[in-house]
Amino acid sequence: MSRIEERFKKLNGNKALVAFFTAGDPDMSASEEIFSVIEENGADIIEIGVPFSDPLADGPVIQAASHRSLQNGTTLKKIIELVVAIRSQSQLPIVLMSSFNPVFVYGLQAFVDDAVKAGVDGVILPDLPPEEAKEFLGYANAKGLDMIFLLAPTSTPERIELIDQVSKGFIYYVSLTGTTGTKTELSKNLQEKVSAIKNKVKLPVLVGFGISGPEQAKEAAECSDGVIIGSAIVKLIETYPDPKERKQKIADFISGIKNSLCKSS
Amino acid sequence: MKSDKLPDEGGHYGQFGGKYVIETLMPALEQLERVYEEAKNDPQFHKDLQYYLQHYVGRPTALYHAQRLTEHLGGAKIYLKREDLTHTGAHKINNTIGSALLALRMGKKRVIAETGAGQHGVATATAASLFGLECDVFMGEDDMRRQALNVFRMRLLGANVIPVTAGTRTLKDATSEAIRNWITTVESTHYIIGSVVGPHPYPMIVRDFQKVIGEESTEQIMEMEGRLPNACVACVGGGSNSMGLFHPFIDKKDVRLIGVEAAGLGVDTDKHGASLTKGSPGVLHGMMSYLLHDEDGQVTEAHSISAGLDYPGVGCEHSHLKETGRAQYVSITDDEAMEGFKLLAKLEGIIPALESSHAIAHVMKMAPTMKKDEIILVCLSGRGDKDVNQVADRLGVTL
Repeated sequence: MSRIEERFKKLNGNKALVAFFTAGDPDMSASEEIFSVIEENGADIIEIGVPFSDPLADGPVIQAASHRSLQNGTTLKKIIELVVAIRSQSQLPIVLMSSFNPVFVYGLQAFVDDAVKAGVDGVILPDLPPEEAKEFLGYANAKGLDMIFLLAPTSTPERIELIDQVSKGFIYYVSLTGTTGTKTELSKNLQEKVSAIKNKVKLPVLVGFGISGPEQAKEAAECSDGVIIGSAIVKLIETYPDPKERKQKIADFISGIKNSLCKSS
Repeated sequence: MKSDKLPDEGGHYGQFGGKYVIETLMPALEQLERVYEEAKNDPQFHKDLQYYLQHYVGRPTALYHAQRLTEHLGGAKIYLKREDLTHTGAHKINNTIGSALLALRMGKKRVIAETGAGQHGVATATAASLFGLECDVFMGEDDMRRQALNVFRMRLLGANVIPVTAGTRTLKDATSEAIRNWITTVESTHYIIGSVVGPHPYPMIVRDFQKVIGEESTEQIMEMEGRLPNACVACVGGGSNSMGLFHPFIDKKDVRLIGVEAAGLGVDTDKHGASLTKGSPGVLHGMMSYLLHDEDGQVTEAHSISAGLDYPGVGCEHSHLKETGRAQYVSITDDEAMEGFKLLAKLEGIIPALESSHAIAHVMKMAPTMKKDEIILVCLSGRGDKDVNQVADRLGVTL
C-alpha cells in the first residue's frame, strides 16, 4: 500500500487537506521549513511544485513563485535532494507537481527511479494526459509511484472513466474552468459535478484550483474527499519574507483550514 | 507511412506532436477534431472556404518569376510564391478564414489568438470582423512596440489587443497567455493558433489550411515550366508558410525542401531562434517538438530581428521532417536577412517581410551554386510594410 493510500485509510472518511508550495521560493532552506510548518499544522499530503519557465496551467501567483524560484537556480535535481532531506524527518506523503518538460529532459526512467529513492510518493503532471502518459506510467507503476491525474468541469463521461482507470492515489478535480489561483467564490455546479464523478470512480476525489480560505474549503469538502490549496499558501510566502512571520502566517492559515475541514467531516 | 497519412490518430508525427495539455482542454480538442473531420467531409464547407479565399483573400496568389534576382545571382531560376499579395499582406489569413469558419460551426462567438509580428493577429481580427466574432489578441509588450502599426490595424478591425508582460514579452509568452485564457474561456471561445504548433489537432488543421500555398504552386509551376522545382525554400518560425508550401511536395522525393530558421546574431551565440538547428526535443505549448531549452528543461529566450521568427519552438511536423531527413533546415542571421530585404526591394520592386527575407537571404547563398536550368520556388510569406520603421531604424534613417 502506498503512503498516499495509507493516509486515506487512516483518515477513515475524514476530509483530506493537501497543501502546495513551490520549491525554492524564496529558497531551498525555506522550503524545508515551510514543509515542516505545513505538516505540523495538520496537512495530510504535501505537494511540492517544480518551477517551470512557462507554466501554462498556473495563474499569476504561482507563475511569479516559479519565476522567483528559477531566479534562485532551482532545478528538479535539487528538488529531489530537498525531498531526501525532508524524508529523513517526515513520513508524510509527498507529491511532486511539475510541468512535463523538466521531467522529460531529466529522463522519464531516471526521474521515476530518483524520485522514488528520495521518498516521493506521487506525481502530478498536469500537461501529461493519459493519452501521452503510457511510457511514464510503465515506469511509475513498476516502481509504485502514484500518478495522480486531473479531471475538470469540462471532462466527459468517457474521460472520467479513462482517468479512473489510470490514476493512482487520488483524483485531482480542477474546481474551475481556469488556471490556478484564489477565487472569491466556488463554481456553482461544483457539488453536482463532484457527486457525478464520485459515483463513477473508485479513488478519493479531491478538489483544487481556486480555494482560498476556510469557508470555501469547508464547502468544497462537503461534496468531496478533501481539498488542495496552493495559491493562497504561495501568496503568504510571497507577502511575508520574514521567516518568523511567514511561519506564523502559514501555521495560522493551515490550522484554520484544518479546523474548518474537521467540522465538515 | 505516407506524409498525407500523418499525423496518426493521437496526433503524432513520429515521436513529435501529441496533446500535452491540462485535462480542462482535452474535451475542447476532441470537439475540434470532430468538427474539423465533419467539415472536411462537408462539400459546403469547402465551397464556403473556397469562396472567401477567392473573393476576399484574393487567391490564387501569383507565382512570379523573379528575373532580375535570378540574373543577379547568376544560377538557378527563382520563382516567388506571392503570399504577400493576399488580403492583409501575409499567408496567415489562409488559416484564419478556415478557422473562423470552424468557430462558426462550433457555435463559438469569440475567438482569441496570439501574435508575434502582428500578422496573425491582424488576420484573425480580419476574419473575426468578416464573420462578426468577438476577438481578443494576445501580444508581447516588446512586440507591440516593434509592430505598433499592426497593433493599430487590429484595433481598427475591432479586436482587443491585450499586452503580455510576462517573461520575454514576445511570441512565446503571448502564446502561453492565450492558452491560459483559453483554459478559462474554453466553453465559449475558439483559439485560433497562428502556426503549425500547439496540441493536436492544431498543427494538422493549420497545415491543411496552409497547404493551398503548395497546391497552387504545384499547378502554377507545372503550367509555367512543365515540371516541378528542384528546391522549395521558406522561412520557419513556427513554420506555417513553410509547411503549407512543403506539404504537397513531401512525396515528390526529387524536390528538395529547405526551411530557413532565424540565426539572429548567430547560432553559436545565445541570441537566435533556430530550434531545429540548435535545439532538442521537448514539450512546450501542448506538443512535443524541437525546442530551445536548457539542461533542466527550462525554455530559453529566442531572438530574431523578425518578431514572427522570435520563438523557441517549432511545428512538430517540421521536427519529424528533420528527423527523417526529408527536409533540410538552415539558418540566416539578422544581418543576412537585412541584405535579402534590401536586395529584393531594389531588384524586384517587392518589399518583403523580415520573416520572408530570411528565405530570400538563403536563396542568395544557394542559387549561385545551382545550374541555370534548375528551379528554386520560394515562399514570399508576407509583405514588409510592417517592418519599414524597424529597418529604417537599423539603417540609421529617421523617418
